[in-house]
Amino acid sequence: MIRRTYLDHAATTPVDPEVAEAMARVLRDVPGNPSSVYAEGRRARSLVDEARAQVAAAIGADPAEIVFTSGGTEADNLALRGVLTAREGEADGLVVTTIEHHAVLDTAEDLERHGRARVTRVPVDRDGLVDPAAVARAIDARTALVSIMHANNEIGTIEPIEEIGAVCRAQGVTFHTDAVQSVGILPFDVRSLPVDLVSVNAHKFYGPKGVGALYARRGTRCATVQTGGGQEKGRRTGTENVPGIVALGVAMRIASERRERDARRLAALRDRIVAGVRERVPDAILTGHATRRLPNNASFCFPGTQGESLVVALDLEGIAASSGSACASGSTEPSHVLTAIGLDREIAQGSLRLTVGRDTTDADVDRLLETLPAIVARLRAASRETVSAAP
Amino acid sequence: MSERVFVAMSGGVDSSVAAAILADQGHDVVGVWMRLTTATTASDAPRCCGTDEAGEEARRAAAHLGIPFYALDYAEIFGREVIDRFVESYASGATPNPCVACNAYVKFEALLRDVVAKFGAERIATGHYARVRRDEGGRWRLLRARDAAKDQSYALYMLRQRELARTVFPIGELAAKEETRALAATYGLPNARKAESMDICFVPGDHRDLVRQRAPAAFVPGPIERADGRVVGTHQGVGGLTVGQRRGVGVAEGERLYVLRLDLGRNAAVVGTRDEVTTRAYALGGISFTAGTPPAARFASSAAVRYRGSPIPCEVEVDGDGDGAVLRLAEPALVAPGQAAVLYAGDEVIGGGTVRQALAA
Repeated sequence: MIRRTYLDHAATTPVDPEVAEAMARVLRDVPGNPSSVYAEGRRARSLVDEARAQVAAAIGADPAEIVFTSGGTEADNLALRGVLTAREGEADGLVVTTIEHHAVLDTAEDLERHGRARVTRVPVDRDGLVDPAAVARAIDARTALVSIMHANNEIGTIEPIEEIGAVCRAQGVTFHTDAVQSVGILPFDVRSLPVDLVSVNAHKFYGPKGVGALYARRGTRCATVQTGGGQEKGRRTGTENVPGIVALGVAMRIASERRERDARRLAALRDRIVAGVRERVPDAILTGHATRRLPNNASFCFPGTQGESLVVALDLEGIAASSGSACASGSTEPSHVLTAIGLDREIAQGSLRLTVGRDTTDADVDRLLETLPAIVARLRAASRETVSAAP
Repeated sequence: MSERVFVAMSGGVDSSVAAAILADQGHDVVGVWMRLTTATTASDAPRCCGTDEAGEEARRAAAHLGIPFYALDYAEIFGREVIDRFVESYASGATPNPCVACNAYVKFEALLRDVVAKFGAERIATGHYARVRRDEGGRWRLLRARDAAKDQSYALYMLRQRELARTVFPIGELAAKEETRALAATYGLPNARKAESMDICFVPGDHRDLVRQRAPAAFVPGPIERADGRVVGTHQGVGGLTVGQRRGVGVAEGERLYVLRLDLGRNAAVVGTRDEVTTRAYALGGISFTAGTPPAARFASSAAVRYRGSPIPCEVEVDGDGDGAVLRLAEPALVAPGQAAVLYAGDEVIGGGTVRQALAA
């Protein structure tokens, strides 16, 4: 097995050993259902409480404001569907941007198709930034919710959620932000940020897959989406994923402890990638904002290449990266984010996202910078080769 | 370092076994599944080798073998070079062979170019039943599969030296289809008992529905005539007819009648008995030779004029410009325009071309 270099931390992160250990301990030693009255149940419940306190502390929230979910997608669905349901009959406007994650965009579209929401999609500029004034204009008297991501998962642009939140506050509109890519990486404190609902996801900050949370500020009107036994105060019913929730709490605590140090180190690695790629492939286009971007995200378009091919060629050389335009099922439709920032379809097809993490080293960056330029050159040469006449 | 081979995996048992054999031989094997139609979530989606479900089968087989696997998108070129041509061909009264077009434009052109030029592969492998050999003189030769009953060399006639030098057909070396099944079981492949794909891969039902939908002008009813001009019935459009077809033409005469030719100008189908088939000469277009050039300007060979058809002794006269040829068969044969005429010398494919039209000579 050749050595692997993992540069796709925006897709998922390896589980921190301490997190894995905490999760394994629960699986081994905590058999109870948190809803049960007896000792086993109480033990499980206290672990869930502890995790809730850890998650709350990490973002400056009150533990009662944390709702555990199965991940970011469910948190987004709960926020959008929950608010629109709670406000049914009095407000039906939903404002999103054109670069939201599919968990938000497709949920908005679904609500729209079923006549449950009027959706306004606010465009972004070439850097992927949303103009808070445009959000203000999109809000009307019957707007129920504004949902705008904190940082974009493909291009890493950090949105001005303080200003957007202030706009929403001024108009009395609930504000949800999908912070799946940023919590654990960027400072995030609900005591200073004017946000009402926040989605987070454990596996983006070295926790396990399958667990996340929705922060819901006290007093926010958000109905339940699932019906059942009434767990999570009825906001997200279903027996709690105790090992996952414990792991989320530990991962959140570690992320808070390490965040500042990690962010500096990640930014240095990212800057080496950006500078190195630009030096070796001068016509590479850095996508997303030059400075207002996640410290772990370097995303590019390489004209004359296809993201799908870049990813395959890198993988064969031992490097894991992803493309905004490629997915495992082999579709090469350009990403909605890249077309939303105004890139030509053809340019957008040559996208590559490199996201560093705690385990990334300078040697990994060296390896990438040694490998990638040759791959880009090879793909460009291959694309130029004329198709010979077939019968 | 071992040779890197990309195996085009359809999800079926043949290409899965091809991958297993190469991996067993110690090659650096990479599985690739080609998406040939646009992604769809509809449950009644066509059961093409290039659709999602087949891709999942291919992925599982690759995972079982422990080889890297990628799904690559070839829907655009497949749509253009295979499906569009298929529709146009039927609409113009011809009978296309989409497998030939897929091999020519997609598998052994676009995919081969990509895996060699982009991904550093030395060779491409597929689950076709055929064999490639290199002779003492260094020339690559395309041979029938060892199992003549499964032979698919007909649909590969367009391969030339450049392609043959980079192609492996591992299962063409097997003695019989049963051996492929047995190997699939030995390797524990999850699709060992999967049914063989039949029909036209990108059409879920009757291919005429696709042609009708895309080329409605080819579905205007017209007369069915005998050779003497006597009208014996009405057909539902030349787009749904094939030269050589017997059933479902739209005529009930006492004798067995075949479609002898389609007259597009008059929108007429001419039918007749076996005895009325007198054509021996056909014009071929887009001719190709495995060696790169024809053996001579005029040479003797034998020609298979349909998939799995027995070769008929023939003489071939190549046009001056080298793109077309006249095929003179030793016996009369009813061949639909659009079909491939594949030239054999014993077990070896020496080339072929597309039948353009019947010639009076």
